Amino acid sequence: MQEMRIVFAGFGGQGLLFAGKVVAYAGLIDNHEVSWLPSYGPEMRGGTANCSVTLSDEPIGSPLIMDPNNLIAMNQPSLLKFEQDVTPGGHIFVDTSLVTRLPERDDVEVFALEATNMAEEAKLKGLANIVLVGKMLKETGFCSLETVEAAIRKAVPPKKAALIEKNLQALKIGMEA
Amino acid sequence: MSNMAQTEEKIVYQRPHSLLPVVTNYCPGCTHGIVNRLVAETIDELGIEGDTIGVSPVGCSVMLYDFFACDFLEAAHGRAPAVATGVKRVHPDKVVFAYQGDGDLASIGMAETVHAATRGEKITIIFINNAIYGMTGGQMAPTSLPNQVTQTSPYGRDVSTAGYPVRVCELLSSLDGVAYLERVTVDSPKNIRKAKKAIKKAFQNQIDGIGYSLVEVVSTCPTNWGMTPTDAFAWMRENMLPYYPLGVYRDVVAEGYANAAEAAAARAAACPIAMADNPQLDEIHASLPSKAKVQDAMNKAQGGDR
Amino acid sequence: MSEKVLMKGNEAIAESAIRAGCKFFFGYPITPQTELAAYMAKRMPKEGGTYLQAESEIAAINMVYGAAAAGARVMTSSSSPGISLKSEGVSYIAGTDLPCLIVNIERGGPGLGSIQPSQSDYWQATRALGHGDFQMVVYAPATVQEMSDVAYNAFDVADKYRMPVMILGDGMLGQMMEPVELPEPKTELPEKPWATTGHGNKRKKNIANSLYLDAEKLARTNDERYERYEIVKANEQRAELVDCDDADIIVVAFGASSRIARSAVRAAREEGIKAGLFRPITLWPFPVDALEATKSHAKAYLSVEMNMGQMVEDVKLVVRDSAPVDFYGRAGGVIPTPVEVLDKIRQIKEGLGE
Repeated sequence: MQEMRIVFAGFGGQGLLFAGKVVAYAGLIDNHEVSWLPSYGPEMRGGTANCSVTLSDEPIGSPLIMDPNNLIAMNQPSLLKFEQDVTPGGHIFVDTSLVTRLPERDDVEVFALEATNMAEEAKLKGLANIVLVGKMLKETGFCSLETVEAAIRKAVPPKKAALIEKNLQALKIGMEA
Repeated sequence: MSNMAQTEEKIVYQRPHSLLPVVTNYCPGCTHGIVNRLVAETIDELGIEGDTIGVSPVGCSVMLYDFFACDFLEAAHGRAPAVATGVKRVHPDKVVFAYQGDGDLASIGMAETVHAATRGEKITIIFINNAIYGMTGGQMAPTSLPNQVTQTSPYGRDVSTAGYPVRVCELLSSLDGVAYLERVTVDSPKNIRKAKKAIKKAFQNQIDGIGYSLVEVVSTCPTNWGMTPTDAFAWMRENMLPYYPLGVYRDVVAEGYANAAEAAAARAAACPIAMADNPQLDEIHASLPSKAKVQDAMNKAQGGDR
Repeated sequence: MSEKVLMKGNEAIAESAIRAGCKFFFGYPITPQTELAAYMAKRMPKEGGTYLQAESEIAAINMVYGAAAAGARVMTSSSSPGISLKSEGVSYIAGTDLPCLIVNIERGGPGLGSIQPSQSDYWQATRALGHGDFQMVVYAPATVQEMSDVAYNAFDVADKYRMPVMILGDGMLGQMMEPVELPEPKTELPEKPWATTGHGNKRKKNIANSLYLDAEKLARTNDERYERYEIVKANEQRAELVDCDDADIIVVAFGASSRIARSAVRAAREEGIKAGLFRPITLWPFPVDALEATKSHAKAYLSVEMNMGQMVEDVKLVVRDSAPVDFYGRAGGVIPTPVEVLDKIRQIKEGLGE
């Protein structure tokens, strides 16, 4: 597998840390080396939230990703903050429900989708994060659909088991987008 | 002679078993000796020497661990209530007491004192208030009286700059975790008997699981006050007792409650979330193990010679 | 073999400590160790254990002192400023020869500093966490799995030598999730005949104390403790060596910075530079013997740390004049990048003039 260095970035409450956890679990299921690192502290309280997820076949050095090859950006400030860090040939997934100005780089692939609106239309409010994971899965094929589905089952806490089905739906919407 | 041998011997006074036959470091005329003895008599009378774990402070009673026959820990200055908390949480079925002076308890250890009390730690605190730092040679204490001359208040405690003394029993009496607070002194046989009764009650409360108990003993320090022991008592009666009135400041049992928790619940009755039978918590608590399992796990966790 | 799960470093320490028989946790909230205390608050009641949020770090460590003297496996955790507050209690614990675990999930300093990861408490941990002559065994795990492993074993080491053990982590290791395989719960715990449990009229009384007014007697307790430290030094040094066998340049790094150094060393090898990574797992005792062995062939050493240069002194004490010892570090919560470390390795390579 090509090493996946993914930055998930957006507002607190958009489920970015959870989306990162789903991808990390997918890596765990497929026996890759995995790390997941959140931003933490006051910046989390109502402000931006981001996390770094690395899937690799080599032991992972720094879990803090300075040069992502995949960026999921769920608001404008996050896109501005991270788009220049993405390595040439990398992918940027943008939720255009919330981002108006798209990246102008021509050395990366940009995938724009109205993830938040798509989720809301499907009565899956709050699952734009997983819609974007679905899109990334389709475009990168970092693992199989079955693996991500299993990862969702692991990442959703038992108390919220009712949400598993909705997450799977959101994943499919992203895959088909 | 044979007649005398048949006469029944009646012991009217002897060293308590839990007080070891060692020379203490106390100055002549110091009241620590009296209070040490009262604590030891209490331990003997309750038959708890083998079940008691003491905590000594930093101050004149720092060597307490050498004077008592029960297991003992020496705590850092002011930390005795925290140390006692650690011991009591490991051994909830044992009797844990701390013995502290005014600087230890009401100055450097005030946070530990207040929080052990408000947590309702089921421990017993014996508090010696002699309005001065004795061991370090007579500095101003948190309980030194206004205008009292000490080494570090050579012109008298100036309340405009050094503030006012702390009345510990009054301060702690507002806390819901507290079961029993009494201020006593040991300047006369009558008062010594009263002090003994209070100390015994403070230990009995712990055995009965009633809650945090503290006995404040208004004491003297003839050496650092620069007085004879009898003059010191006179000074104490004249100056300290008006500022630190003797009496009971909290006694939940006398107030008609089974323990501190029941008294606290009554006080909080108008606050829905504080109610002991809060139904919202039942579901959350359902996942917790039984008390028996908890005790079993605790016993396993202790290791040691139990 | 149990299933691998994703856990934060903070949580892995907590869970493995519980599985090691630790049933008492006393702490106080501080970032970035928060998850450790929160995990304990949730798990301890289910294990029949005690989680107590103390009024201060000072109170927490003194509760640890009490519980340790009373014979329990007990721990506390905090982050840099909170560890400073605990220093008094740790000195008493060491002076009383009590076993316990102290976790420091370091953040930037000095003062209130930052909440970002740092390794600025190396000196505090290995030299002087508190007054008086004493040492703690200090572990510096570099992965979540290793955080679990050292927490699981820490209590055995603490009990064996009757001394405090510290896990020195940082905000990055504490906050990150990695797969971890958790150990089986320990069922047999060591007897502690010295504990203050109440003598039950069955044995001589026990005293937990660090006060010795007789200077000769106090000197003797120090001598005996240092004899024990020599045994610890002989038995407990731990290090990981990566590609050190033929290395010209040995990068020495621990914990989070060792992960960055590992990436840099790998990149250096790809460029044909014979670099290796020497990773101390114990900071005290410092793995002197393993580092000493590298002196036969290493031409230069580079200490990489998230501080202004602390461990580098221990490296120099071993290397002495056999090779130059360089330092690269970022303080204040800044994490050095592999590229920066690689640049430094290249510079050293050039300096060797080969």
